[in-house]
Amino acid sequence: MSIRDKKQSQLFTIKLLVPALKGSFVKLNPAKLIKNPIIFIVALGAALTSGIVIKTLLAGQFSSFDFQITLWLWFTVLFANFSEAIAEGRGKAQAETLKKSRTQTKARRLINGNEQTVWATELTRGDLVVCEAGDVIPADGDVVEGISSVDESAITGESAPVIRESGGDRCAVTGGTKVLSDRIVIKVTSEPGDTFLDRMIALVEGAKRKKTPNEIALNNLLLGLTVIFLIAVATLPPLFNYYTSITGTASSLSMTVLVALLVCLIPTTIGGLLSAIGISGMDRLLQKNVIAMSGKAIEAAGDVDVLMLDKTGTITLGNRMATDFIPADSVSKEELADAAQLSSLSDETPEGRSIVILAKERFQLRARKIHENDITFVPFTAQSRMSGVDIKLPDGRTRSIRKGASEAIRKFVQINNGFFPQNVIEKVQELASQGATPLVVAENNRVLGVILLKDIVKGGIRQRFSQLRSMGIKTVMITGDNPLTAAAIAAEAGVDDFMAEAKPEDKLARIRHEQALGHLVGMIGDGTNDAPALAQADIGIAMNSGTQAAREAGNMVDLDSNPTKLIEVVETGKQLLMTRGALTTFSIANDVSKYFAIIPAIASGLYVDANGRGVLSVLNIMHLATPQSAILSAVIFNALVIIMLIPLALKGVRYRPLSSNKILAKNLLVYGLGGLIVPFIGIKLIDMLLQVLHLV
Amino acid sequence: MSTFIQLTLFLGSIVLFTPVLGKYMKKVFSGEKHPLTPVFGWLEKGIYRFCGIDSQEEMNWKRYLVSLLWFNLFGFVIVFALQLTQAWLPLNPAKVGNASWHLALNTAISFTTNTNWQSYSGESTMSYLTQMVGLGVQNFLSAATGFAVLIALMKGLTRSVTQSLGNFWVDLTRAVVYVLLPMAIVFALFLVSQGVVQTFSRYTDVTTLEGVKQVIPLGPAASQIAIKQIGTNGGGFFGANSAHPFENPTPLSNFLEMLALVLIPASLTYTYGLFIGSKKQGWILFGAMLILLCVGLGVSLYAEYAYNPALHIAGSMEGKEVRFGVTNSVIWSTTTSVTSNGSVNAMMDSLSPIAGMVAMFNIMLGEVIFGGIGSGLYGMIAFVILTVFIAGLMVGRTPEYLGKKIESFEVRMALIAVLAPAVCILIFTALAVSTQNGLSALTNKGPHGLSEIMYAFASASGNNGSAFAGLSTNTPFYNVLLSLCMLVGRYAVIIPMLAIAGSMAGKKITPVSAGTFHTDNGMFLILLLAVILIVGGLTFFPALSLGPILEQMLMHTGITF
Repeated sequence: MSIRDKKQSQLFTIKLLVPALKGSFVKLNPAKLIKNPIIFIVALGAALTSGIVIKTLLAGQFSSFDFQITLWLWFTVLFANFSEAIAEGRGKAQAETLKKSRTQTKARRLINGNEQTVWATELTRGDLVVCEAGDVIPADGDVVEGISSVDESAITGESAPVIRESGGDRCAVTGGTKVLSDRIVIKVTSEPGDTFLDRMIALVEGAKRKKTPNEIALNNLLLGLTVIFLIAVATLPPLFNYYTSITGTASSLSMTVLVALLVCLIPTTIGGLLSAIGISGMDRLLQKNVIAMSGKAIEAAGDVDVLMLDKTGTITLGNRMATDFIPADSVSKEELADAAQLSSLSDETPEGRSIVILAKERFQLRARKIHENDITFVPFTAQSRMSGVDIKLPDGRTRSIRKGASEAIRKFVQINNGFFPQNVIEKVQELASQGATPLVVAENNRVLGVILLKDIVKGGIRQRFSQLRSMGIKTVMITGDNPLTAAAIAAEAGVDDFMAEAKPEDKLARIRHEQALGHLVGMIGDGTNDAPALAQADIGIAMNSGTQAAREAGNMVDLDSNPTKLIEVVETGKQLLMTRGALTTFSIANDVSKYFAIIPAIASGLYVDANGRGVLSVLNIMHLATPQSAILSAVIFNALVIIMLIPLALKGVRYRPLSSNKILAKNLLVYGLGGLIVPFIGIKLIDMLLQVLHLV
Repeated sequence: MSTFIQLTLFLGSIVLFTPVLGKYMKKVFSGEKHPLTPVFGWLEKGIYRFCGIDSQEEMNWKRYLVSLLWFNLFGFVIVFALQLTQAWLPLNPAKVGNASWHLALNTAISFTTNTNWQSYSGESTMSYLTQMVGLGVQNFLSAATGFAVLIALMKGLTRSVTQSLGNFWVDLTRAVVYVLLPMAIVFALFLVSQGVVQTFSRYTDVTTLEGVKQVIPLGPAASQIAIKQIGTNGGGFFGANSAHPFENPTPLSNFLEMLALVLIPASLTYTYGLFIGSKKQGWILFGAMLILLCVGLGVSLYAEYAYNPALHIAGSMEGKEVRFGVTNSVIWSTTTSVTSNGSVNAMMDSLSPIAGMVAMFNIMLGEVIFGGIGSGLYGMIAFVILTVFIAGLMVGRTPEYLGKKIESFEVRMALIAVLAPAVCILIFTALAVSTQNGLSALTNKGPHGLSEIMYAFASASGNNGSAFAGLSTNTPFYNVLLSLCMLVGRYAVIIPMLAIAGSMAGKKITPVSAGTFHTDNGMFLILLLAVILIVGGLTFFPALSLGPILEQMLMHTGITF
């Protein structure tokens, strides 16, 4: 069962709704409620008005108004709890999938060469365990012996098995995955209960969720506003008493009304949805098959303004491909292609295969059957720097075909008393300067021509980079190629900068340099030698296929091991921050209309004119029917808006890669202006409905 | 028509002088050479040598703050002591007695906090010595304190990865020597030329045309008035303040006194722009202030010239100085309320309820529309930080201002700076209307009385100092509460803003990119205005609707107070 399969699932399913509804009530526990101070204040207010209702009931009276206000205040609290519960529920559903793979397994521990069967939970760091085909790997670790194919679908959702072998960058195995073939020895790298899977489950469930820095800052802002509204409301009774003492009229201000006013003014909308937004941010990343080690990392992703991207896999399609044959003088293209194909028949490298394919495509040359005894393959060695074949011809002569770097081939033909033609030298230099890799083909003493090998830039990547640029994100391509090749690919892909002949320590130095200039750097990596850079980067995404060291160093893991993911991660981070900002703006803008509903209502008893209306009823611009209906409408709107916005909180504000000015203008229009206008309409509609239903 | 010409002339002059003075002040505070270096350089160096100041020493925000607080405390003690002993000290030709403890406390705090709230009438309560050595000196030093805080904040915002914010004593000295003193001297001489009195002789007795004996108070007024206007102080030499012919004799003196109110605060926006390396951002802040000023002026003028259904007249002259007329009275009242100056040339009490509310709301917004010297702009920056935080999130990045991340510490501090004065206004107004001590000082009942009380607390909390009048505040109750407001209004803003300066100085500067939230365009201007108005509006809407708005409505039904 893949995590990704759930992506298409609805926001609300019955399976999610029932536990979320239950969760809304469980979260009424004051000890839990106090973690969200704003909603806690609403709950206190609701408790207070409940007390008033009960007191009047005991006195044999019943105020329908007080009762309804109380009811809606409790609803406000429940709705806020619900939003958090449903966000957590979605995470939990995904954690369930992971948990299934954490069933209790036995492990075969190696002690001094002897196997011993123990529970997986008894394993500690440094233990050696043996796994054979069909075994579930008991704990996180590195393969120290052997090679095996492993089914990691429990974690990645990808059904195709992956190769795990000792040494190199593919040695990390994860507890809970299954060995499909062969036998490997694993050195355990985690303590029981703290495996990669354990941590992932805890993160996904939101159990260990800590408030992120930006969330704390926003909470501070909301609390500050709450304090000022608390004071603005608390100082109203003295001001009213001042008038009642002058005019001798009774105050129209009851405790219930004051609580209602306070709840309407404090930013309950954003306060109620804040944690749901945070949880769903992680959740959305998970749907993209990326696990963030902390909420802080997702936030930081939104701030990243320099991306370090490995050329291979991210910008180009993995490997160089043959794209053309350029013959030397007096050699036909077909002859060159034929020789090139023969020289590559045993070349299992992607480059070699691409040559065979290109010759087949261009000239319908098929791999020929040559008797095994007549053909000798000459493999590539670091000394000769070329590869090829020797074919015994029926007449006894030998065709020695070689392909390789121009320097190596020059030596080869000179040994065979041939010469290296000037126009081939020029062609090689020209191609190299364009960033391509020219391979020269020679047969005995004759130079036949050049095979053009090129990096193929991924389709659409150029457009992606220009979007990133408009978002203010600089892209840096990292490659081991020489500067000429690197520059050409960089230009073709449209990256802003590149690092050629980059060594791991260069990467680290570059990240430090960018950070010193004030940039936030994101990178993705897999190998052990990436670990320092991953740790140094503000956002380090380790590929799941990578080493344990890399996974420990990064602050996110990409389960798909897809290097383009970095861009999606940045977008998710931005979306998270935008959602917070948009809902905060909406919440604050809402207050304007609530004032116009409630202030005229509570001042309705002041300086009443001949028609029985207070002078301040001029402020009742919505023409709400009665003071009680106005207050109740505002409270109901305030509660309902939380429910209405839950889908937005979970899905996030729509994100398009635009410049900050355009994004701001769009969001301001929707959430700022919308936040001013919508509640006027909403409150009026609720007021009309209340009148129709004769509720007040 | 003449209203329009006067307004254009006034606003035009502000726009014209802002870059000139702004550029000069940038040079002064960044220690560059400027035209007055040769003239007053000896004085600056002399002060350092005399006081043993090491002008090269750099201070972190805490040290900067502690120096500032000690300095203000010292100033407070002197003014306090002078008032309690003035009867026995020289330069007291009118033989005024010692002030009461609570009045002395209130006045001392008032002048050290650049508020210049006056619970007393200058001519009958303060000796020449108190006015000059106590109040006059504080007029300079309190304004210079505001300068210093702003300069430290600018340094904090522009420096990166450092602790140091400059040197308090240097910033203070430069403010006095190169800005306040030269301007005050020139302006005082001008005022004398217009007929403002400047003498040490005792009050004169004259017989009026009606044959009544009248004492004409005199004194060294011109020098005091010059600095009271320039330094956004506002504490008049005479009780009637700039409505008094000896304080403000001619239309020209009136115009220049108005201009002097707003000149330094306005120019500081330009200085700020130069400091942060973006003149445009300076102009954006200037624009925000100017727009709020114009809206206030527009509403007030409309309210004053509108038909008054209770009096059956439009453009009521009651309480206004006939020499200046309605327009000039309104420009003054609006300008004085926005600049935290608090000097008056007409009685606020007599303004229409809405014009009175505009003046009050200007102060309640935290004195950020030009505001006091330094304090206006650093208050505005607190709003800028809140705006950047709320709106900045919407572009999908952790909010940053001038390349520095706004984090929870800055948000907390900016909130304290913006909300602490508001809390004072609301709580003390509520307290005053619920106690006999508070209510007995009222001469008017109903919503107008509430407005008077609210205005007094707003004025003190905003460090403005103007009074609505109609409220006898020289009582222990009001003197003590208002003192508290003034302290909160001053230091609950200075301390958090210096803390912000300190924390911002330590941060790295993120380079600008297309993804950066821009604070130098029209959209930010609108956002900033929206945040100021919404935060201010939401805080005070209930209280204001029960005061001036209610009064305005009642006026339409023919009930007045």
